Amino acid sequence: MFSFENVKYKNILNIENLHIEKNKVTCIVGESGSGKTTLLKLFNKLISPDSGIIKYMDKYMKEVDSVELRREVVMLPQSPAIYEGTVKENLLIGLKFSEKKDVVDDNNLKEILKEVNLNKELDEDAEKISGGEQQRLALGRIILLDPNVYLLDEPSSALDEETEHLVIEKMVEHVRKTNKTLIMVTHTKRIAEEFGDNIIEVKKGKILYQGGIANE
Amino acid sequence: MNSIIELSIMQVGAAYIFSLIVLIIVKVRGISREKEIIVSTIRMTLQLIFTGYVLVYIFENMNPWITVLVILAMELFAIQNIYKRTKGELSKKMKTIIAGSMAAGTLVSLIFFLFIVIKISPWYNPRYFIPIAGMLIGNSMTGISLGVDRLVDGMKSKKHMVESSLMLGATPKIASKEIVDNAFDSAILPTINSMVGMGIVFLPGMMTGQILSGTSPVTAIEYQIAIMMGILGSVSLTVILFVQLGYRTFFNSEDQLILDDE
Ligand SMILES: Nc1ncnc2c1ncn2[C@@H]1O[C@H](COP(=O)(O)OP(=O)(O)OP(=O)(O)O)[C@@H](O)[C@H]1O
Ligand SMILES: [Mg+2]
Repeated sequence: MFSFENVKYKNILNIENLHIEKNKVTCIVGESGSGKTTLLKLFNKLISPDSGIIKYMDKYMKEVDSVELRREVVMLPQSPAIYEGTVKENLLIGLKFSEKKDVVDDNNLKEILKEVNLNKELDEDAEKISGGEQQRLALGRIILLDPNVYLLDEPSSALDEETEHLVIEKMVEHVRKTNKTLIMVTHTKRIAEEFGDNIIEVKKGKILYQGGIANE
Repeated sequence: MNSIIELSIMQVGAAYIFSLIVLIIVKVRGISREKEIIVSTIRMTLQLIFTGYVLVYIFENMNPWITVLVILAMELFAIQNIYKRTKGELSKKMKTIIAGSMAAGTLVSLIFFLFIVIKISPWYNPRYFIPIAGMLIGNSMTGISLGVDRLVDGMKSKKHMVESSLMLGATPKIASKEIVDNAFDSAILPTINSMVGMGIVFLPGMMTGQILSGTSPVTAIEYQIAIMMGILGSVSLTVILFVQLGYRTFFNSEDQLILDDE
């Protein structure tokens, strides 16, 4: 689905070779500051490499329209963005931004909240819910967009271990059921090993490891 | 109608006594602002005397080239002033957009106002052209300065929001809509506020001047209403042009946010 060849971005990333498979769960691990977030932003063309070639579905990334791409390859940022307004408005804002005309009723939205294990009412003020709840709200917003590829940057960093496991498990299940691709940065090795079909380890901007279950 | 009281040199001189009193008060209270008061009083005096004589010359020697030249100088001065007034460095692109919006916005309003509303003749009549241009350009300058600050600040402080919106598939236009709207609002707010208080809280300077120099208040008001419309139009047009073009400088052709680079 994605392939990288000699990709360089500033002096932050230097990737000789990288392949991401379609319909698989790929986990990206690595220490803080190694370049995981930066790598993720290359997949949805939020940034472009200084040199090298990135392909998305056999098309050169350079020739793909950025906005169209970002409507297929949707990214959840490391710290979730919460917009002024209710939980409902925050869920729907993605549809508005991507100019999708999907009709969704409150029942669909409540299902999404269940999907991300968020026990809040639709009319609650989104800016007043907790950090971990906001993180799940932002995740729900993305599920509603039903993208081809999910790019999740530490989607569970603010959650306790138990909730984290639950949310990721549901997410992975959803992705497999709907035949989508998931690329997820995680700092929890256990999560990567349990759910990742593939694991990529980044170190100082280089790919240290890519493949099946990591064994150290 | 009463005849105008022509001020003699002595009378104007007496007005300076007032300035002197302020100076004494300031000195007694120990506020160290004497220098500023003296300098600004002298500056104002010299500038006004100079401008007065220049205007007399221009009015007596009506010439389309001189009018055009004065307007050009005013525009250049205003644009330079905007660059100086805004905090932080402006990119080259941003400067071009500011200059372009100022020129286009104020000139279109000025032409509409002078040739369609007031219908001055000859078209370059400096007695109308210059003071009205001054008001339109001056107010637009203030508006756009506020707009620039708000736009640049907003893009910086809400970078994360803008980036998140892009991640959700928003176009740069959608992603920066809130910031652009905010910048526009704060740029035209002073103009709107001054319209609301006008005639009740204060008499606008232009009107006061006209009335003092013997014009009937009704005529002065007609002019004031017309000029306020002109100012509102000019400020709005200038600022709309600026924000619509300006937000784009924060994105590249790949619809990526560019802030810290370069
Ligand atoms: N826009 C930028 N300009 C310059 N340097 C940057 C920029 N963005 C990131 N960096 C640097 O690149 C390196 C990698 O950053 P990145 O955010 O990708 O790390 P990360 O692996 O996601 O870390 P974390 O686990 O802490 O989120 C860091 O050293 C960071 O300071
Ligand atoms: Mg990161």
